[in-house]
Amino acid sequence: MAKITLDNLAHSYSPNPKGEGDFALKELNHDWEDGQAYALLGASGCGKSTLLNIISGLLHPSQGRILFNDVDVTNAPTAERNIAQVFQFPVVYDTMTVHDNLAFPLRNRGASAAYVAERVQKIAHMIGMEDVLNRKARGLTADAKQKISLGRGMVREDVNALLFDEPLTVIDPHMKWELRTQLKSLHHEFGHTMIYVTHDQTEALTFADKVVVMHDGRVVQIGTPEELFETPAHTFVGYFIGSPGMNVLNAKVEGSRAYVDGTEIALGANYAPLTGKVQIGIRPEFARLSGNGEGLPVNVRRVEDVGRHKIVRADFFGNEINIIAPEGASISPDMNRVTFDAKRVNVYANDWRVEGEAA
Amino acid sequence: MEKTVNHKAWFLVLPVLILVAFSAVIPLMTVVNYSVQDTFGNNQFFWAGLEWFEELLASERLHNALGRQIMFSAIILAIEVPLGIFVALNMPKKGFWASLCLVLMALPLLIPWNVVGTIWQIFGRVDIGLLGYTLDKLGISYNYTQDAFAAWATVVVMDVWHWTSLVALLAYAGLQSIPDAYYQAAKIDQASRWKVFRYIELPKMAGVLLIAILLRFMDSFMIYTEPFVVTGGGPGNATTFLSIDLVKMALGQFDLGPAAAFSLMYFLVILLISWVFYTVMTNLDKRDGV
Repeated sequence: MAKITLDNLAHSYSPNPKGEGDFALKELNHDWEDGQAYALLGASGCGKSTLLNIISGLLHPSQGRILFNDVDVTNAPTAERNIAQVFQFPVVYDTMTVHDNLAFPLRNRGASAAYVAERVQKIAHMIGMEDVLNRKARGLTADAKQKISLGRGMVREDVNALLFDEPLTVIDPHMKWELRTQLKSLHHEFGHTMIYVTHDQTEALTFADKVVVMHDGRVVQIGTPEELFETPAHTFVGYFIGSPGMNVLNAKVEGSRAYVDGTEIALGANYAPLTGKVQIGIRPEFARLSGNGEGLPVNVRRVEDVGRHKIVRADFFGNEINIIAPEGASISPDMNRVTFDAKRVNVYANDWRVEGEAA
Repeated sequence: MEKTVNHKAWFLVLPVLILVAFSAVIPLMTVVNYSVQDTFGNNQFFWAGLEWFEELLASERLHNALGRQIMFSAIILAIEVPLGIFVALNMPKKGFWASLCLVLMALPLLIPWNVVGTIWQIFGRVDIGLLGYTLDKLGISYNYTQDAFAAWATVVVMDVWHWTSLVALLAYAGLQSIPDAYYQAAKIDQASRWKVFRYIELPKMAGVLLIAILLRFMDSFMIYTEPFVVTGGGPGNATTFLSIDLVKMALGQFDLGPAAAFSLMYFLVILLISWVFYTVMTNLDKRDGV
């Protein structure tokens, strides 16, 4: 168990990176606190796996340092870092039995036979594979193999950190939920530092205490699920998290007023004059469709009933926006107005959130 | 949907049947025909029944040739398979050097058999050959035309030189198909180099190695051209393997009956050993799966 510090870390796959664009992972300073469960969330190819492989030592960073409990391990090989990592696709040792697969990391570290037997039993129970322990791993289904991989990751108790690289991709939905719950309870029980890479926001939000959102090789926001929902620090966080994502509209901001195509929208705070690309972001949950003449004009294009609520797709001065209406609400043709909750409107300059002063 | 029954479709197989008949079945039957008859020339044949087979099965000449043959195949498999795996493990995985290695490895495979034989025949000569001359000057007694051990060593080394590439290339292909994640997981699990080989690389290569061993076995069991060019089966009968013996019998002595019986038994032995070998290996594979 350890605190992991990333100091000035960056990585490029090309040997002579020219500009910032050559970096798969842009300069990063961050402390992964001891015993926290983190989710690393981002679209495919944004540098999540690169970061994970640097932490576990499979990849040597182009610049910067990694510290475990303030000890520099940048040049330490994977074995010395004592890290467990589970990969996206199952890795099992085909010719070994399930039991031997689970015992492998322990035996390689010279654990006693009694300890190995006890741990393997415990992990087998956890992943629900006690009855196939003596079978060869070859010929098992993909999700059984992935459970073995997960089990091998969890079998050591003394690891510095547990890293998961989209481990549940090949697992069927029901088992996914169960395994995630198991991982959470494991975290509560042993308090390992866990980093869980995923591109699935539900997975990230349910698993982690803190979610780290990455975009284009950069960490754009670190926060609790609530913070990510209410105050996305970057427009990417806005539309990546949430279903549907945040409505982002080009606007002009003056003081506590925003103007979209000349139409005034009230904001919850005062803003100093902004330069560059100015946008406002409103989550569909904080927009309301109405028909009584208040608010701004919209044209409803489509209504999708997703069960818990209805998603209204509407046209707002040529921009498509989404509005969430309660499941019971009836949507009639004369509903052609939208109101925004002023306090929930975020302002962005060049995609980054601008903090306003209280009005 | 009801299935249309039309037996005329069988006619579509006819061209293949005719081709196979002329290329394999009829020649084979001719051999069968010879094997049960005796002749004194002039195309006059007499029924001999199984006499030739009985005679051959009791013949010491055949036993000795078979013994030499089994020994030769065993030796070259014992050398080429581990050596091929070792070479494959040490070949670069990508880039310019990988391509270069592949080309160099493939070169011996592209040389015709009798050329290989000629190369080594000259290479080993004590008067003008680089190898023979050097060994001789170093004071090592080496003369493959007179010394049985030297003849064997030359034939074995020649085969290793010619065919290890095949094993190496197949093993290399097997290695290349292993995803990086396996090596990464092994690092995380702190597996030693030996364990990586034993539990990741070897199991993943097993399929191609099976093919490599089978190919090398069949080929070495039927080897003819190279030892014939180098040693002609000598000194004495020291390197007279089965097919060299067969050719001596059929063309040298013109004993068509015994040679035909010999061919048939030779063919059946190879078929049998290959089948046993293949069945055993694939069953090993299946047993693992349970």
